[in-house]
Amino acid sequence: MEAGYNFAYLDEATKRMIRRAILKAVAIPGHQIPFGAREMPLPYGWGTGGIQVTASIIGPADTLKVIDQGADDTTNAISIRRFFARVADVATTERTEDASIIQTRHRIPEAPLREDQILVYQVPMPEPLFRLEPRIAETKRMHALADYGLMHTKLYEDIARLGRIGTAYNYPVMVNERYLMSPSPIPAFDNPKMDRMPALQLFGAGREKRIYAVPPYTPVRSLDFEDHPFRAIRAPHACTLCNSTASYLDEVVTDDQGGRVYVCSDTDFCRTEQERAA
Amino acid sequence: MYVAVKGGEAAIDAAHAWLADARRGDAAVPELTTAQIEQQMTLAVDRVMAEGSCYDRGLAALALKQARGDGIEAAFLLRAYRTTLTRFGHAAPLDTAAMGITRRISATYKELPGGQVLGPTFDYTHRLLDFALAAEGVTRDAVPERAADEAAIPRVSELLAREGLMQREEAAEAEPSDLTREPLAFPADRSARLQNLARGDEGFLLGLGYSTQRGYGNAHPFVGEIRQGGVMVEFTPPELGFAIEIGEIDVTECQMVNQFHGSLTEPPQFTRGYGLVFGSGERKAMAMALVDRALRAAELGEDITAPAQDAEFVLYHSDNVEATGFVEHLKLPHYVDFQSELENIRAMRRNAV
Repeated sequence: MEAGYNFAYLDEATKRMIRRAILKAVAIPGHQIPFGAREMPLPYGWGTGGIQVTASIIGPADTLKVIDQGADDTTNAISIRRFFARVADVATTERTEDASIIQTRHRIPEAPLREDQILVYQVPMPEPLFRLEPRIAETKRMHALADYGLMHTKLYEDIARLGRIGTAYNYPVMVNERYLMSPSPIPAFDNPKMDRMPALQLFGAGREKRIYAVPPYTPVRSLDFEDHPFRAIRAPHACTLCNSTASYLDEVVTDDQGGRVYVCSDTDFCRTEQERAA
Repeated sequence: MYVAVKGGEAAIDAAHAWLADARRGDAAVPELTTAQIEQQMTLAVDRVMAEGSCYDRGLAALALKQARGDGIEAAFLLRAYRTTLTRFGHAAPLDTAAMGITRRISATYKELPGGQVLGPTFDYTHRLLDFALAAEGVTRDAVPERAADEAAIPRVSELLAREGLMQREEAAEAEPSDLTREPLAFPADRSARLQNLARGDEGFLLGLGYSTQRGYGNAHPFVGEIRQGGVMVEFTPPELGFAIEIGEIDVTECQMVNQFHGSLTEPPQFTRGYGLVFGSGERKAMAMALVDRALRAAELGEDITAPAQDAEFVLYHSDNVEATGFVEHLKLPHYVDFQSELENIRAMRRNAV
């Protein structure tokens, strides 16, 4: 373990401050809790919020999995996994089922998560209304009054102009029928997995200094209209490696002649499917 | 047959090795020492200390060396170190009236107690490249001795305030904000705003300050005073109950004098824009003073019409470590999101046809 630093890098007083914010966030599902985010040795935008949340909940007995774009082997996921191996000396894994904490950027694993697991999301912009109203003082008021007409109007205007909702990722959700929440930039395909998930879902935004949470089994509803129900979109293909037709796919450009193959973005899911078929 | 590319771990290690090699440059050229950076790149060190929000010349010099001279990267390194240090309290307000002056300029009075002291300034240099500097071993000319001032040099703002022409600032009873511990909240009080600006990016503040002079914020500033030099830092340990000096730091202070027409409760008077920066960051201190005054629009009952007057806009975007992180994170993989956009736009095009 890295000498000269506390277990999991943050000092214990900071961890306590973050845990208090987490407890408050769990008590008010979907509500953003400001916290005194620290400056981390990784840049803002690389997952400093998720790292701080993970650092405050991780213990020596935990097994950590880190994914970026669903994959364990993307450079930033490797870098974060190495960081925790270095400062906390915890076991790391690439298997979803073996992890007690999964830190993620932009995806929810395909495999259903369990009660004894925690999913930590890295969040760039915690405020779901920021594109419609950039002033935080104003969006706070809107959340307090549950005044979400602006978002419904935006979705309606999309349908009126484009024939469908123009948001394909970071698709707004209503948590416990009270707070509008950003699910972080996961594809809308992943939104249904958040609903009544047995695992605790924690969201950390370092640069914006906000933490929020979805406790286990909490209803999470993607905003929609009766005549334009929410639809989870994926590329209409099978994975080239495991033949799954249910998983979220990455499109891989194979040549400059329009050649494409599609592979699972969740590398652990894809490997598991291939092993099962073998 | 498609095979997924692996090897991110090896790639990271290789990139780090390459980075270290690129940092060192041509091995035939002697390696730069941190002492050389500290002594000869003083303004770069000052800027890293200011934006890194940590007064330590040696560490700032090390950060500059490690960052290959990139100021923002160096400030980031210094901040990431600073955040691991224990916070044990806050210092007493600096008494800049008691500063050991190395430079002191007023644009509002030709002559004033304490006089004008140019100090080591670029102001009246002709910007002609000095090719003699390219040669090594240039002999140094002796610096003329300045007669030492015995008396403390009064601040210009105080001369105005005594006449009732300058608005007095109320000493705050409350503990000053610390944005490194508590997140920014709005309305932000003056201590939070000033801390934010003092840590903020020089270029951003320069542009904003400049905009207030060009009609975006209706500023009428005069440099009441700029002073640079060493000031004592005093701290009151709770177990002692009285202030002790814990060190001396070099700072640059700028007090801008601004016109104010008065309101229902306040008579016409001058108001202050305040800038204070570690080291010799004069440009930033001046820009900070302009922006500080612009941000006082709400409390002075002025219309908020310009970006520099909008506290959320200014304070949320001034921090270059935050800004560079979020701008540069766009180079991280976004293929999952992009894929969802691809499918969405393909579907929209089908609808449109």
